Amino acid sequence: MTHLAVSNVTKLYGASAALRDVSLTVAAHDYVVLLGPSGSGKTTLLSVIGGFTEPTSGRIHIAGRDVTQSGPAKRPTTTVFQDYALFPHMSVEKNVGYGLKLRRVPAPRRAEQVARALEMVGLPGFGGRGIHELSGGQRQRVALARALIVEPEILLLDEPLGALDLNLRRQMQDELLALQRRTGRCFVHVTHDQEEAMALASMIVVMNQGRIEDAGPPARIYARPATRFTANFMGESTEFSGPVIAPGIIGTPAGKLPRAASAPDAGDATVIIRPENIRADGEGAVALGQARITEAVFQGAHYRVFAAAESGQVFNLRLPPAAAPAPGDTLTLSCEAQNLVPV
Amino acid sequence: MTRRNIAAALYMALCYAFIFLPVGVLVLFSFQAGNLPVPPLHGLSLRWYAAAFNDGRLVAAFANSLLVGGVSAALSVLIGFLAAFGLARYEFPAKALLRGLIMLPLAVSYLLVGMGLLVSSSALGLGPSLMTVIIGHVVINMPLAFAICQAQLGEHQRRIESAARDLGAGTFQVLFGITAPMIAPALVAAFCLCFTLSWDEFLIAYLNTRFDVTLPVVIWDLLRGGLNPETNAAGSFIFLFSISVILAVEIFLLRKRRS
Amino acid sequence: MRKPPAGLLFALPAVAWIGLFFLIPVLVMAGYSLHPLNDSGAPGPLSLADYAAFFAEPAYVQALIDSVITTLVVTLASTLLAYPFAWCIACVVPKRYQRIALIAAILPFWTSYVVRSYAWLLALSPVGAVNKVLLALHVVSHPLMFAYNPQATEFGFVHFFLMLNTLTIYASLVQINPRYELAARDLGASALRGFLTITLPLSIPGVAVGAFLTIVLCIGDYVTPQILGGFRELLLPQLIMMQIQRQLDLPMASAMSLLLTVLVALAYLALQRWLRIARL
Repeated sequence: MTHLAVSNVTKLYGASAALRDVSLTVAAHDYVVLLGPSGSGKTTLLSVIGGFTEPTSGRIHIAGRDVTQSGPAKRPTTTVFQDYALFPHMSVEKNVGYGLKLRRVPAPRRAEQVARALEMVGLPGFGGRGIHELSGGQRQRVALARALIVEPEILLLDEPLGALDLNLRRQMQDELLALQRRTGRCFVHVTHDQEEAMALASMIVVMNQGRIEDAGPPARIYARPATRFTANFMGESTEFSGPVIAPGIIGTPAGKLPRAASAPDAGDATVIIRPENIRADGEGAVALGQARITEAVFQGAHYRVFAAAESGQVFNLRLPPAAAPAPGDTLTLSCEAQNLVPV
Repeated sequence: MTRRNIAAALYMALCYAFIFLPVGVLVLFSFQAGNLPVPPLHGLSLRWYAAAFNDGRLVAAFANSLLVGGVSAALSVLIGFLAAFGLARYEFPAKALLRGLIMLPLAVSYLLVGMGLLVSSSALGLGPSLMTVIIGHVVINMPLAFAICQAQLGEHQRRIESAARDLGAGTFQVLFGITAPMIAPALVAAFCLCFTLSWDEFLIAYLNTRFDVTLPVVIWDLLRGGLNPETNAAGSFIFLFSISVILAVEIFLLRKRRS
Repeated sequence: MRKPPAGLLFALPAVAWIGLFFLIPVLVMAGYSLHPLNDSGAPGPLSLADYAAFFAEPAYVQALIDSVITTLVVTLASTLLAYPFAWCIACVVPKRYQRIALIAAILPFWTSYVVRSYAWLLALSPVGAVNKVLLALHVVSHPLMFAYNPQATEFGFVHFFLMLNTLTIYASLVQINPRYELAARDLGASALRGFLTITLPLSIPGVAVGAFLTIVLCIGDYVTPQILGGFRELLLPQLIMMQIQRQLDLPMASAMSLLLTVLVALAYLALQRWLRIARL
């Protein structure tokens, strides 16, 4: 059952297009992450869904209703802004209860619901505090409470974790996910951080220059990216390029490599492989040749290793700390066929 | 939305009309060819401006206004800038108190300032003079210069000054070689603001002068003589001079901002 | 950050100037007010007689009351007229034109109050532009006395303070993060509700600053009532001027000036809650 349907939305600012013919469908309990670099259109798309920006063409349907002409007040969405936009002249309680007051919920019931909402976001008893007394993380929770208390069909989050430090960000990610599961609402979350996206999303929508590059569950997007941009954005990889010399085989500097049959049969082609899937232990079914280590950077749980073959092919792979790789070492590389992904 | 815009435009038009009415009438009838600065307008003529420029008292007062305005503005900006620098860059006790003290004259009537100086100078046996007026104008305008400079001396400024010091510059070199030139537009704006406020100021000047007077005081005397287009000419001149200075600042600042 | 006295040295000229040419003269004035003139016209011994005399004289007390009422009326009227005007400039006029709109709104501000009051006198006098227009349109059959009465004074004041308050309220409105109103709309508020619950409360400090400046400048203004007010109703500054020029009674004038300052201080106390928050 489609909860949110974006149909052929284009947004033009003068001559430049922020969104080009974007279409998307989202199910009711999805946690959707719009992922992309700045300028990709992800924030514009969020703004269009929330009703803050009117699309130049296209339609938006939420819960079956066409809401394209409605402003933010009339849409069944609420937004958590990047700077939270908590009303500075109101207490936490008044902020959270604002939406309920507009809906004429009587004061006693309002107080009760506000107390419950604050508990749900982990701020019990904070009602009487002033906004300026809160830390960044606390403000974010108040913003969440304020947005969720009115039970929107869709909660929109505009880079909500950007202002937080790393540890707090990880913690908030866990809490956001828990909140979404508990309330069962559809969340649409904008970020440029692919790790954040993978941690939270049930569906990632990768955007670039106003278009959707790829959309799907995180595991599929990471392992089997549909486009080269998606592959590069989701993580590091090694690329092998060359002409198709036989059906399902391309000739690359690393040797003849198998390529999925669904890919086109002629011309040049590229396959990629993620760093963690390149083996240096000689066990893989597909041989990738030998390479000499040019760089080995310690990253805590692993080494990030760059190795170059005589053919000029550069490999990007991971090695465990125990391997203690050093520049100059020679590696024999191989992999499994299913990890070579065509892009 | 458009209904709101129409209502807004209407209200704004009414306000602008109200605001410009007296000045419009003033300037229009300064060009009156007839004898009275009231309708009907008999034709346009510059004779009243000629009369004003030939009036010895007006010319003397013009020179006095320039003197008082220039000197008091220069002093206001200088000590306001130094104070803003001192309070922005250094920590010492009672900073808030000093800031309050410096801004205090803004919160009191010009009458008090003028009276205070009048009473004190007569207590000291000093007669009325332009010097007292200059002093009074610095009292009321320096807080504004201070506020304007203070707004400009932020973090960005501080880092550049630190860089200069790091390279070996002494305090005065930093102050007059780096800081002042960098916030020059604000200093110019402050000068012009203080100048025009002094230029327009009546009460302190009236209380503390007798023979050497400023332009607003002369206008006041002219008013005793009834409605006269020469007063219009003098008044229009005061007005046009003020706004030219203000508009020059606007354009000057705008150009700096764009670059 | 260095230790004192480097920072103090820089602030010294300003502080010294204020101390020497403002605080001390005010103290001297206070001193004068406590030595009322004796019969030979010289300052007598320490006494509060002048203050007592002020409150004993009904005409003086009336002037005080009239000053307060006029100031309150003017402050209220100018704030009420200026707020929508400032709001139009800040929220309706496109950003590119806001600066010009604001400058145009305060341009006549830059003219001496003597000149401005004179200009209103011209416009409002029996032979002035307003009457001539009304006569020409046959709205009235003979000229109306718009000038030389307390209403003309208030009119002249409101003209000036409309501009001042437009400036301060505008400055306060543009500082408000536009996201706040967006968030309110997002939660379901209409444009009007959003304005009333969010923008208006947040703009109050700016309104307070304008109101305070209006009170300070209005209550101490001598020129406007003197030119436009006629002589039926005198305000406090006019009384003070009379003491200086006609009675040559500096102590009494000083006492009256200090009473005026007390009124301003009371206004500050009433508004301080918002004045402290305001950052202009």
